[in-house]
Amino acid sequence: MKKIEAVIRPENLDAIRVSLQEKGIIGMTVEEVQGRGRQKGVCLQWRAGEYCVEFLPKIKIDLVVDDKDVENAIEAITKVARTGKNGDGKIFISPVEQVVRISSGERGKEAI
Amino acid sequence: MSLKKSIYWSVIMVLLLLSVPALAADAPKVDSGDTAWVLASSALVMIMTPALGLFYGGMVRKKNALSTIMFSFVILALISVQWVLYGYSLAFGPDIGHVIGNLDWLGLNGVGQEPNTDYAATIPALAYMIFQAMFAIITVALISGAFVERIKFKAFMVFSLLWATLVYDPIAHWVWGVGGFLRNMGALDFAGGTVVHISSGVSALAIAFVIGKRKGFGKQAMEPHNIPMVVLGAALLWFGWFGFNGGSAVASNGLATSAFVVTNTAAAAAALMWTLLSWYHKRPSVLGAATGGVVGLVAITPASGFVTPMAAIVIGAVGAVISYYAMLFRSKQNVDDSLDVWACHGLGGTWGAIATGIFATVAVNSAGANGLLYGNPGQLTTQIIAVAVTWVYAFVMTVILAKVVDATIGLRVPDEEEAVGLDISQHAEKAYS
Repeated sequence: MKKIEAVIRPENLDAIRVSLQEKGIIGMTVEEVQGRGRQKGVCLQWRAGEYCVEFLPKIKIDLVVDDKDVENAIEAITKVARTGKNGDGKIFISPVEQVVRISSGERGKEAI
Repeated sequence: MSLKKSIYWSVIMVLLLLSVPALAADAPKVDSGDTAWVLASSALVMIMTPALGLFYGGMVRKKNALSTIMFSFVILALISVQWVLYGYSLAFGPDIGHVIGNLDWLGLNGVGQEPNTDYAATIPALAYMIFQAMFAIITVALISGAFVERIKFKAFMVFSLLWATLVYDPIAHWVWGVGGFLRNMGALDFAGGTVVHISSGVSALAIAFVIGKRKGFGKQAMEPHNIPMVVLGAALLWFGWFGFNGGSAVASNGLATSAFVVTNTAAAAAALMWTLLSWYHKRPSVLGAATGGVVGLVAITPASGFVTPMAAIVIGAVGAVISYYAMLFRSKQNVDDSLDVWACHGLGGTWGAIATGIFATVAVNSAGANGLLYGNPGQLTTQIIAVAVTWVYAFVMTVILAKVVDATIGLRVPDEEEAVGLDISQHAEKAYS
């Protein structure tokens, strides 16, 4: 099992949800986060002059999938989240030791 | 009827007739229209102070929203009581040496339902008192923009009470009180360019020097946390300002209408100019439009009873340019007058007071004077003297008062309380949960 953490542009969340669903991946956890990368920050206006915000609002999606679904998930996300410009985000993949479904007590792949 | 008796009765009748105007002069009559307008204006000016709380509150960070709103709201309570107890007497009571009122009107003793002809012959003295109370309140609240996000609440309360007593009340007496030396000199200040805006704006700069910068000032972005709240505050300030300036005619008449019209015109010109300035530099700014409107209102305040609508456009637009570049200048000087009270009110008021000396015309107000453009350069000199006196007195007194409060109570909260925010550290509350 693998955990996929995808930091994305906020406006792409719903398209990614649909795209993942088409690959049979339904469950996920979503957080509003701030971050920076090659896109860096943005300068906004104060009453006169401007100030710069160094972290931009992003959304982070956490999902856990069976090993065989990892490439499907990556494809589903990148297909709709890619504009080709700085700021599209990143995907991090890491191994997951155990998963427990609270309602039934199922473990492992069955619980995903 | 005998001749003797006829003469006798004729004399009685003539004396009676002659006594009628004399009686009228002895007991001035309350005018219902004037009283209604001044009371309505007082209510309009009252809403400006909580509105200022919203205007300022939206510009600070989330963790200081309540604290900033509270500065204005609690001043409404504090100065209302101060004014009734002794503030009105110091500012408007019988003159002592052209500098201060005496304490004859302590606790509003003798300030009743009959008019006081020295100030307003057609409204109850109490109506004039409560109208003036609202001016004292908002002036003290205006200063709070300088020290938001770092002042100790107790120090704020003590400083504000001292400032109202030792800075506002004397300056109000000099300019508006019967016997006040600036009034005697012929300085024109219709609704408070010197008394309200220069005094608060210059004092804001002074206390900003004493209290010092916020932690992280100039290093980290200090974002306005709620610009819609700023716009709501600015809209309510604009609305209330019709009472501030229109009510300063102290009558429901043509002059009140003229003041109402130039007030709206100057605010509009300044909001438009600020929008254009921000657009020229980057994008048409909402925060800028709201700020510009307020600066236009400040600039027209001293002039509002003396100038034409065409002059109001110039006064508003030029006021916006002055304040805009003053803000840019201030932020580069590393001085943390956090919400630019000096740039908006100090300089807006200074420009307005000087503009009064340029654009005033007796065609608008026969009780006023002509300015430079109408052939009376002397008025401009008088205005500049009134501005200079107010600047120096407000700055020096505020530095002294701030240093006294700092040495006794301490102006600033500890660093860790500043970091967590004043809402939690000073009030044990959160604006948004």
